[in-house]
Formats: sequence, structure tokens, C-alpha cells
Amino acid sequence: MFGDYSISDLGAILAMQGFAGLILFSVYVLMALGLAIIFGQMGVINMAHGEFMILGAYVTWMTSNAVQHTAPWLFPGYFFIAMILAFIASGALGMLVEWALIRHLYKRPLDTLLATWGLSLILQQAYRSVFGAREVGVELPEWMMGSWQATDSIQIPINGMFVMALTILITIVVFYILFWSSWGKQVRAVVQNRVMAGAVGINTEKVDRYTFGLGCGIAGIAGSAFTMIGSTGPTAGQLYIVDTFLVVVFGGAASLFGTIASAFSISQTQSTLEFFLSGSMAKVITLLTIVAILMVRPQGLFALKVRK
Amino acid sequence: MINSRFFNRSELLGFLALGVLLFLILPLSLDIFRLNLVAKYLTYAFVGIGLVLCWGYGGILSLGQGVFFGLGGYCMAMYLKLEASSVANTKIQSTPGIPDFMDWNQLTSLPFFWKPFHSFPITLLAILLVPAFFALIIGAAMFKRRVGGVYFAIITQAIAAILTILIVGQQGYTGGINGITDLRTLHGWDIRTDHAKFILYFVEVVLLFGCIVAAQFIRLTKLGRILVAMREQEDRVRFSGYSVANFKIFAFCAAAVFAAIGGAMFTLEVGFMSPSFVGIVPSIEMVIYTAVGGRMSIFGAVWGALLVNFAKTSLSESFPQLWLFGLGALFIAVVLAFPNGLSGIWADHVQPRIDRLLASRKSKSAAGMIADGAPAE
Repeated sequence: MFGDYSISDLGAILAMQGFAGLILFSVYVLMALGLAIIFGQMGVINMAHGEFMILGAYVTWMTSNAVQHTAPWLFPGYFFIAMILAFIASGALGMLVEWALIRHLYKRPLDTLLATWGLSLILQQAYRSVFGAREVGVELPEWMMGSWQATDSIQIPINGMFVMALTILITIVVFYILFWSSWGKQVRAVVQNRVMAGAVGINTEKVDRYTFGLGCGIAGIAGSAFTMIGSTGPTAGQLYIVDTFLVVVFGGAASLFGTIASAFSISQTQSTLEFFLSGSMAKVITLLTIVAILMVRPQGLFALKVRK
Repeated sequence: MINSRFFNRSELLGFLALGVLLFLILPLSLDIFRLNLVAKYLTYAFVGIGLVLCWGYGGILSLGQGVFFGLGGYCMAMYLKLEASSVANTKIQSTPGIPDFMDWNQLTSLPFFWKPFHSFPITLLAILLVPAFFALIIGAAMFKRRVGGVYFAIITQAIAAILTILIVGQQGYTGGINGITDLRTLHGWDIRTDHAKFILYFVEVVLLFGCIVAAQFIRLTKLGRILVAMREQEDRVRFSGYSVANFKIFAFCAAAVFAAIGGAMFTLEVGFMSPSFVGIVPSIEMVIYTAVGGRMSIFGAVWGALLVNFAKTSLSESFPQLWLFGLGALFIAVVLAFPNGLSGIWADHVQPRIDRLLASRKSKSAAGMIADGAPAE
């Protein structure tokens, strides 16, 4: 499959595909961060995670339309407003869902999977009723279009770089919140031992609700970022949910660092293979490789050492 | 083996009620179009029975039953397609004698894995063995390493996704997104006529009852008890010297075979097979049917498949917008309020009343005699 390319061509291809992979990586990381908090930390399988992401995407789309019609001078910066709104919308919905649904099911993790699947069906149909079945796309402000000519044969799109910068920023914020803030300490305490955490005076119910809200809110930001590289439809979330779960499981469910490493390796494998094979075969081989590795090493790449 | 202990009283009643409904009431009261729809719903009951064994009893939630349903269905469809693409039928193609979609995709000879499906006995064997073998590999790899619960569910889901992408992507070999269509005859017998559909319905119901009896047999033997014990206290069963992994693999394979039989019947009843019955969404829907019917009840799974699909058809015919809301809400309600589904409601609320009614009548008619008070379960 390398037959017709010279060495320098191959280098350029690898760099470009690598960069395309980095954009995919950004979306995976943003999706998977939220999921890793919800699934890895709380043990809840949120099948509606993709729908929270799509909510963020729709919020971004609405903001972009609203800004265009009412305050065009704001348009170059609308994206930042949209992102905050997306975080708030998805996070609020997440907290509502936790209160109405998830908190009854903490002892039955497999049932959260089924219940949130029901939720995802309802949300999908709600999006379809409200926004229509057709996919929508946002208009990018001018400074995000175009690309940066790194060398003669390597071009890097600016919106991709922006999404990546955003991903890095959000990852740092999430790490800060979970590992350095006192609230993060409470979250980890509740995860490790709910009863003990309650006994030392942590309001576990409140922590659960905000943790779930945070995870969903990050999904909303992921959706916001997603609008810059693809169009949004009612069922777009479903396309990503299995991949995202695999990213989290492959990385080792309780390890945020593992999530990022696995998002990186999965997206790079897929986008590099995509150049040489058809898109579907690239995906099949990537997924098969992950499943095969998981069969050999079920705890994922970076497992916490736990005595059982 | 059928003795008084094989079915207790309420199970025997359930068995008879289902038999009367499926063998007498439905065939006599429905026209052939509706009966064919019922037959289509019942194919999911096979999957449901398998899920009761492996999820309800074994505690192994598989979100990839569509894979096995699809494998069974595709095996049958490949045989039917080869029969429909005889040289005489396909002489306008550039390569006569191969299925039409292969010809459209510039294939000039039959791929090797299609060749065994010229023979009917091999096809029947393949319907049972291919999914069982597949389940054996997946199960052995996962359960020997003690992967279970959530991880197993996610990995089976990924496998369902992989198989769908593969089928859609390899259009020349599998028929792609359209699936394998235009199936005509089974061993020379036209399956498209009303008469054939009527007979196929009865074949399917007989097979379904065969599966019910087989599942009941598995449930009542020591094996079934070990499955329940494993679900409740896996380590304790392991420390007692049982190979937990092997029992799990067995339950998973049995569920796969049941699903495959359902898939093969689906192909026969509906007349085509496509990847839209293999992927993640249909696999989860199959779990929904089982959860609604009751994950602990073999009959519940059959009722769940019938009722949810009936609701789906009638709701999506009259209110296409509402159907997904209804399905989602139903699912949340079942999980939150009725974890044992319809059969749980029956066992908790309806059965005791019937028993009380029977008991009071008995004590009235034979005053002084002690009511027999058989346990409801």
C-alpha cells in the first residue's frame, strides 16, 4: 500500500493525516473526558452522552444565528459565548437527569445503561421535533477559515488548531478541578467510598449531582467544538457514543490520563489507516484492534492498582 | 422429562395460554398480512428467551445479540439468495449464477465463504454453529479473563458496531446497506405466497415452543441454579470449585443460538436481511423487549417481544412522532419502577389475587377442607 509514494510524500501524508487525526482526537478527548468523569468516576453508563453533546451543538447553532441577526459586530467572538451557553445548557439538563433518573440507579449500573438509552431516544426525537430532521451547520467567523501553510505540502486548517487549543485548555481545567480543588477531592472521595465520604460530612448527593452535571457540561462543550468541523443532526450523537465508550474503556476507566492516551492512539490509528484503506475498513480495523487488546488486557491501558 | 415438576402450575398455565394464543386465536383471527407481522415479532422472542437465560439468570448483559440474530439471518439469506440467483434466473448479468449485487460490484466469481451455502443441510448447520462458534470465541476471551458486567456490555456493543460497518462497507460480498434482498424459494418452495407464510408461521411457533422448553430445561437443571448463584455471588461459586467462566460461556452461546434461530426465521418471514437488524440500535431494542416482558421470565420475554412490537407498529403507523418518546418513556419506566417487567407485575399483583380468588372459592365449595394454597412462584 505504500508503493506509489516517495519518502517525502509519505512524510507529508503522515503529517497531514496525523493532524486530521488530532482533530478527531480533540473531539474524542472532549467527549471522553465527560464520559470518563461520569463512567470512570461515578460508574454510571450514560448512553445519552452523545445527545448531551448534540444539545451543545444545537445551542451553538442557535447562538450563531441569534448573534448574526441581532449583534453582527459580536460575530467573530460568538463562539466563546456559545461555548459557555452550551456548557450551562448541557450541565443543567445533566443535573436534572441525575435528579430525576440516575440517583435511583447507582446500585444498578447495568440499568443506568438501559434507562439512559431510553433518555437518548427521547432526546433524539425532541431534537427532531424542535430543530427538524435535517442536519444544520454553523457559519464560521472569517478568522477561523483558511489554513496555515506549514511547508509546501503540509496545510493545517485554522479551525482545527483552534479546536485543539480548546481541548488542551479544557483538559487542563478538568484536571485542575478534579485533582487540585477541594471539590475534586470530595468527588474522588465519594467515588472511592460513598458511605465513608458521607460519614465524614460530604454531601454525597450534591457531589453526585454536580459531578454528573460537569460531565454533561463538558459534553456540551464537545458539541460546541464539533460544530466547527462537522454538521449537526438529531442522531449525530449516536455515531460517537460507542467510539467514546471504547476510548474510555481502552484507556482504563478510572484514569483520566489513560483516556487521553487512548483517544490519541485510537484517533491516530484511524486517521492514518483512513488514507490507505476505505473509511469503513479503517474503522473496522481500529475497532477490532481495540477489542482484541481489551480481550488481552481487560483493565485498559492505564489501570489504577486496586487490591480486590 | 416433562413431569409435574418441569412446569409448576402457573408456568403450565402460561405455557397453555401462550399456546392457545399462538396456535389458535391469532391464526384464526388475523389476516395473513397481520399474521406475518406477528411472525416477525416472534423472531425477537427467540432473542428474548436467550437474553432471559444469559442476562436474567446469568447476569451477563449482552448488547450484541443483533450480531447473532444477524449471523443466523445472513446464513439463511445467503442460501436463499444463491437459490434465487441460479444461472437461469440471472442470465442477463455479465456473470450469470452469482447474486445480483455481486455482479453490480464487478465480482466475477462467488467468494469462497458463500460456496458452502449452496447446500441446505450445511446452511442449517451453519445457522446454529456459526453464531455459537462466534459466541464461544468472544465468551472464552472475555470470561476467562473475568471481564464482566459493564465492560462486557460495551465490548459486545462495539462488536455489533464492527459487524455492521463491515457488512455495509463490503458491499460486493454482503449486499451492503440494502442487505440481501429478492429472496424467492426455500429448497424449491416459494416462500412469498400467502400459503407459505401461513405454514412458516406455524413452523416458527413450533420452533419457539421448542426453544421455550429447552430454556426451561436449562433453567431447571443444576446448570440453571449455578447461573443464578453466579449472578448473585460469583466469587463464592468460584471458591466452591465451579468453573465460572465455562458456565458463562455456555449461557452466552445458548443465547447466541436462540438469537440465530430467530434471525433465520426472520429472513424467511420477511424475505430479506439487512445490516439494520444487526447493529447497536436493534441489539438494544432486543434488550428492551426482554426488559419490558421481564428479564427473569421466559414467557415474559415472548410477551414483551409481542407487545412492544405491536405497540411499535400501531403507534408508528398512527403517530410516527410519538413513537420514540413512547419507547424511551416505557424503557425508563420499566427500569425505574418495574425492574422485573410485565411478568414481575403479574407475579406481584395479578397472580396473588387469582390465587386468593381460587382459594376462597375452594374453601367455600368444600367447607372445612384446607385450601391447597400452592405457592405462586
